[in-house]
Amino acid sequence: MKLLILLYFTTITLLSFTLFQDQDTALKASMERGKDIYNDFCVNCHMSNGEGVSGTFPPLANSDFLLQKREESIRGIKYGQQGYILVNGKAYDNIMPPMGLEDEEIADAMNYILNSWGNKSDSIVTPEEVTMNIME
Amino acid sequence: MKNSILKIFIALISLNFSCAQQGENEVNTPKTSLFEAELIIDEMQIPWGMAFLPDGSMLITEKSGELIHFKDGNKKVVGNSPKIYLRGQGGLLDIALHPDYKNNGWIYISYASEEGEDKGGNTAIMRAKFDGNNLTNNELLYKATPNTTKGQHFGSRFAFDDKGYLYFSIGERGARDVNPQDLTRDGGKIYRLNADGSIPADNPFVGTAGAKEAIFSYGHRNPQGLVKNPMTGEIWDNEHGPQGGDEINIIEKGKNYGWPVITYGINYSGTPITDKTEMEGMEQPLHYWVPSIAPSGMTFVTSDKYPEWKGNLLIGSLKFQYLERLELKGNKVVYREKLMPDLGRVRDVKQAPDGYIYVAVEGKGIYKLVPNK
Repeated sequence: MKLLILLYFTTITLLSFTLFQDQDTALKASMERGKDIYNDFCVNCHMSNGEGVSGTFPPLANSDFLLQKREESIRGIKYGQQGYILVNGKAYDNIMPPMGLEDEEIADAMNYILNSWGNKSDSIVTPEEVTMNIME
Repeated sequence: MKNSILKIFIALISLNFSCAQQGENEVNTPKTSLFEAELIIDEMQIPWGMAFLPDGSMLITEKSGELIHFKDGNKKVVGNSPKIYLRGQGGLLDIALHPDYKNNGWIYISYASEEGEDKGGNTAIMRAKFDGNNLTNNELLYKATPNTTKGQHFGSRFAFDDKGYLYFSIGERGARDVNPQDLTRDGGKIYRLNADGSIPADNPFVGTAGAKEAIFSYGHRNPQGLVKNPMTGEIWDNEHGPQGGDEINIIEKGKNYGWPVITYGINYSGTPITDKTEMEGMEQPLHYWVPSIAPSGMTFVTSDKYPEWKGNLLIGSLKFQYLERLELKGNKVVYREKLMPDLGRVRDVKQAPDGYIYVAVEGKGIYKLVPNK
């Protein structure tokens, strides 16, 4: 019986370890692709360290908007974003056109910006999450 | 005597001040505005290009793909406009009328297109006629290859010179080490065609092995301003540099404008692209901006409506969201001024046949600059 319990816990531990590791590898790979997307489509305005241009283009690094409004952020990339938003207490009233990215590319870009420049996200953004997120 | 010495002294001091103001890349803010910016067309997303029809109506391209006809205060979407590849900076781009539009009816449109086998898109040029509701007689005149999914640097703007040649720009499509210096590849070039799309026999690279014969000049990054200087007949461009190093150039036949071998800019990451700003066989810009203003459309002011600005150049700034006025002395920028501050990203500016200046602003619409009495 003892052996069985030991075996059970060992299996669970090993299993969860590999699963987490898988998640970690998946996130790293997605961020890697996301970095390329970022440097192609986003860097002109949001700048290379996600600092943005104060008053014109909102920051992504330590951005309360990005970190707290995951759904809205995905929609913003997918459909474009226009009009007044508040980011870190500062008002922005500008336009970001839709970039024509595929759902997988949006997920990669999200994973990159959610986990760079001091940002940290608990869960990985999947292409399915992007696909499901549609404009009402 | 003492008095005159004092006067000379003050004059010298103030001369110093005025020099300091015109130092490198200093932009001035005028104390009083000579005009009111009147919003004549509202609710536009990214109005990329404008053309003024003889009946006083306007055609405007929305980057998202709609061609808008604005007549008697109403916006209408024009049918049969080209199918676009909406990605990154690509979409429906510039629009221009043939100089003899009244007689031949040709309209020129540039756009990002998926035409071709490979995935992605590249810049295309077409012409068509407009029957009041739809585009008709659509003809594809040029399509850059290969397609790519990169989102950057499609160009593109049109200009006609006094001989009726059509010039247009195509940016380097995010492949700076591959395209701009290679005459066998599209991208990073200014092109010249006859108005029917055929290649002029005296284009500089006609007969050069493997060269794209429509090329007129090369070594460009992303020219999004192109205009004929109405005083001299020359073609002028402005182009986006990387971080720093936006440029104004006078476009000459067969010349190399140096990107990415020479530049006054650096990478977005802050690392250098090259340590060279000049080199034998490569053209120096007429003006460069550090930091970048992200220049868009441009126009020369020749109209009597703005006597103080005659001969000046107006250029939109996407990055700092204003309209820049540049005074020139010969081929030198001697004064820069910020107009329409904080209005939004200025995408295009044109002096219309009615003599007024029209400005296209992202997220807003089209403004007419009405001089104060």
